Amino acid sequence: MASGGPSFLLLSMVPTILLLCIDFACCNTGRRTSDGLDTDFTGFSVPLEHSFEVDDVSQFRVRGALQLRGGRETSVSLSQNQLSEEDRSTLKEVAAVDGLYRIRVPRVSLSADRQSDRPMDGFLTAFVRACSLVESHLSDVITLHTDVSGFLIGVSIVTIPGACRGTEVEDEVDLEAFNTTLNVIAPTNAPQPETALFIERMDMENEKRGKPQEQKSFFAKYWMYIVPLVLFLMMSGAQDQSGGGAGGGGANGGR
Amino acid sequence: MAKLVPLLAVFFYLVCVSEAVFEDQVGKFDWRRQYVGKVLFASFDSPSQSSKKLFVATDKNIFASLNSRTGDLFWRHVDKMGPEGAVDTLLVNAQDGRLLRSWDTNVGGLNWEVVLDTGSFQAACFVGIQDTVKHVAVLKKTAISLHYLSNGHQKWVENLPDSDTVKYQAVYSGGGEEVFVLGMVPHSHLTITVYSLEDGEIIRQVTGPQLSADSGRRLLDTTVIFPLDANGGKPQKLYVHAFLKKDDSVGYRVLVQTEDHALTFIQQPGRVVWTREEALADVVTMEMVDLPLTGTQAELEGEFGKKADGLLPMVMKRLSSQVILLQAWMAHLWKLFYEARKPRSQIKNEVTIETLSRDEFNLQKMMVMVTASGKLFGIDSKSGTILWKHYLENVQPNAAFKLIVQRTTAHFPHPPQCTLLIKDKDTGLATLHVFNPIFGRKSQISLPALPRPILQSLLLPVIDQDYAKCLLLVDDQYKVTAFPSTKNVMQQLQEMASSIFFYLVDSEQGTLSGFRLRKDLSSELIWEVVLPTEVQKIVAVKGKRPSEHVHSQGRVMGDRSVLYKYLNPNLLAVVTESTDTHPERAFVGMFLVDGVTGRIIHEAVQRKARGPIHFVHSENWVVYEYWNTKSRRNEFSVLELFEGTELYNSTVFSSLDRPHLPQVLQQSYIFPSPITTMEATLTEKGITSRHLLVGLPSGAILSLPKMFLDPRRPEVVNEHSREENLIPYAPEMPIRTEWFINYNQTISRLKGIYTAPSGLESTCLVVAYGLDIYQTRVYPSKQFDVLKDDYDYVLISSVLFALFFATMISKRLAEVKLLNRAWR
Repeated sequence: MASGGPSFLLLSMVPTILLLCIDFACCNTGRRTSDGLDTDFTGFSVPLEHSFEVDDVSQFRVRGALQLRGGRETSVSLSQNQLSEEDRSTLKEVAAVDGLYRIRVPRVSLSADRQSDRPMDGFLTAFVRACSLVESHLSDVITLHTDVSGFLIGVSIVTIPGACRGTEVEDEVDLEAFNTTLNVIAPTNAPQPETALFIERMDMENEKRGKPQEQKSFFAKYWMYIVPLVLFLMMSGAQDQSGGGAGGGGANGGR
Repeated sequence: MAKLVPLLAVFFYLVCVSEAVFEDQVGKFDWRRQYVGKVLFASFDSPSQSSKKLFVATDKNIFASLNSRTGDLFWRHVDKMGPEGAVDTLLVNAQDGRLLRSWDTNVGGLNWEVVLDTGSFQAACFVGIQDTVKHVAVLKKTAISLHYLSNGHQKWVENLPDSDTVKYQAVYSGGGEEVFVLGMVPHSHLTITVYSLEDGEIIRQVTGPQLSADSGRRLLDTTVIFPLDANGGKPQKLYVHAFLKKDDSVGYRVLVQTEDHALTFIQQPGRVVWTREEALADVVTMEMVDLPLTGTQAELEGEFGKKADGLLPMVMKRLSSQVILLQAWMAHLWKLFYEARKPRSQIKNEVTIETLSRDEFNLQKMMVMVTASGKLFGIDSKSGTILWKHYLENVQPNAAFKLIVQRTTAHFPHPPQCTLLIKDKDTGLATLHVFNPIFGRKSQISLPALPRPILQSLLLPVIDQDYAKCLLLVDDQYKVTAFPSTKNVMQQLQEMASSIFFYLVDSEQGTLSGFRLRKDLSSELIWEVVLPTEVQKIVAVKGKRPSEHVHSQGRVMGDRSVLYKYLNPNLLAVVTESTDTHPERAFVGMFLVDGVTGRIIHEAVQRKARGPIHFVHSENWVVYEYWNTKSRRNEFSVLELFEGTELYNSTVFSSLDRPHLPQVLQQSYIFPSPITTMEATLTEKGITSRHLLVGLPSGAILSLPKMFLDPRRPEVVNEHSREENLIPYAPEMPIRTEWFINYNQTISRLKGIYTAPSGLESTCLVVAYGLDIYQTRVYPSKQFDVLKDDYDYVLISSVLFALFFATMISKRLAEVKLLNRAWR
């Protein structure tokens, strides 16, 4: 562990509160103030920004912070602020005109050894209809997608439920804190052709089939037909020899 | 017995899907046209008029012999693509770049082939003594060599003197014992070096400040006037074949090559003997358009199409149209009667542009083909006859084309309308060409001005008052131009603006970005996905075909529950390849991205794989083919997306309201051949099972049932999988010879396959293009809606009649019997 380079060393020495979880982290720390955002974790923090404007010109403000802590298993957690009174009314107004609620995160790498490589410019953006966010009482699912090397390549946001039915959200308290589920999805490995298993199965089948169905000779298979036939022929031959005249006469008469 | 059942099931399937062509069906539904490409060199066989042979070498590295009477191919040699196979010059014996080859002119067999030393090729000529050619001289930049014509062996090779200063350009032999090499020192003087034929010794060297040319004797002074095709290009090159006629006058034949790659052969009084449309050797894109209805059908359509204007006029109109129908029917009957008396061979089924009309099952269509040279063709899909052609001048050689059908034939009396988007790849500037796909005529529609480079084009289902679909063109400032841009369309666009989304792909930056239309026809960026180019680069992005229909929403599983398909019409399949090409670390990425929300639905990485990737994206599945770098073989992989056993919203699909990710199933198979292109069959209603049409490098097209590419194929057979008729998993994909839909009609350099539905649900029309063009029909689920050709009508009807009469007679008998009994 200690040989992983100075930055790694630093990371591993710092005491951490959050438990590591693989590709999945969920957090609803909406009641916390923004002052305490960066004090608990020294890992890596990037802002999660959002924008919702009535005129649909995006103006991103900080919504919370994504705590990224690299290592072998990436862990991401989210701490976010409460929506202010002003924000709540704006969000409802935007929802009323069927505007969009957008989020964006900067392009970063989630793996520890790449973080110091170079800062990447640009953002990844995604959107959801503001009305569905309001109607779902701010319960959303944010998914971060990474590529094979751990770079963030995309972000997506959906609300559950996702539909806009036009139901009024009366209670202001429902729109105070986000109820966010955060997922990190890395690419899955596509399967290779399953040759080994198939060959194994074929072998097993062959083995099974091999035992009872040994190649029998023609005689061994059909002895029950051949023996009576031969017997019958022999018998009839013997009869022919003994009573040939009668048999022959009968045959002639038959025609 | 339990083991036997799956085996039987497999056998049943194999029997079920086999669909080879019977011998007597050859050429009945299919045709092939062979082309050679743009001619670079042409030569005539012999100095007499009697010879029929004509030799051409083309830019497609093809060496062929044509029949000078008909323009047909005698034989054709397709050499390697690229500079390796390029033909440098053509004597009556042809020669390739580093290889010197001699061909037999009668059958096209290779006589011999020698490998030349490296060095840039300059010229070659035959060397002969008194009319008998025995040697070939090849001039390179620094050396000259002489080869025997009989076997290709090198007689001698000599270095050219002062080859660093003198540019040698031509070699010539006057029929004596000497070979002349002409060189030039730029801006200074000419040198002529004379070599001895026997041993390559330099006999003498002449340098002169300039050339003194003898005046030639004028042999013939003549003009020939021949009609140029109005829709063709200007003449570019002439190949004249002069010969002595019997009366010792000079005759000649001319092969004219025009800008549109057409070859026209002209005989002396200006008669065009034949024309070959060699532009068709390089088809870029195509569409199939339904033929218009006949006059009577159109009349009927017109009646229902127009607005109602009172009861009496409607009745009158109905009556008149029925009179017209009656007339047409009588005429048809008369024609049938008339033709029945004639022997069958005399009836000609010539297709002309006037007689074009839709057939009963809409099997005959118009193929609109766009070629790289900028020439458009309209080809009858039944016979392969070229019905119209149109040459677009000023098309850059590197232009990209996109053909869009804006209005189909279904909207009589409005003519169908196709739009060709021609985009210069360097500048991105685009022009539109709007035409009628049935007649090829340019439409007199005012085109929008497109001053800025075009990034994306999309066809909306928005229809203007003339039933033309609206085409949106997005320029580099993300402004949108609509075509047609009538008031009606603009109004609809403004209403729908907030639900019109489009995406852009920048493969250099690795970005996929989504935009939404604003009311003022500008657009706003709403999502962005960035794939770092240091890791992987985007190779291709494909959506689904908008014309595709999916009949069943789900699949019934063995336990009678339904597994619903994830049918997202906005889904994009994005294929990437890793920048790292090391066989151990190379990978191919497959991303499924929703084109509206930018949500990555699925991302998978195929390790130890690289391209070229061919893939098909349709229904709820993606099939892709890649090269496995570890096992060194081609593999197929199939992805299928399912929503699960419950549908989220069964009435309508919206990308904005589908929070749950689909289940993704994937399976891979070994494919025992590389492939060149891939396409899926398409039918009218999507009931027929799907097949994949796989183009192989051998020129064959394999019709591979999709059933074999099903990620639900079980590894261990059980009750449920048997119930579902799933084929047990086998890692290798079979290639059965009866799956080749083009039997021995191979298609050289197959580039693309186009599929179109016909009026029959069972039938899918297929056009494959490359160097050749091949058209056929496929029946993925056999012809379930058509009676066979050899259906025994006589037997069936006689049995019916016999039964009918038997019933009548027995009834009568029964009556008589009853009566008799009553009297008793």
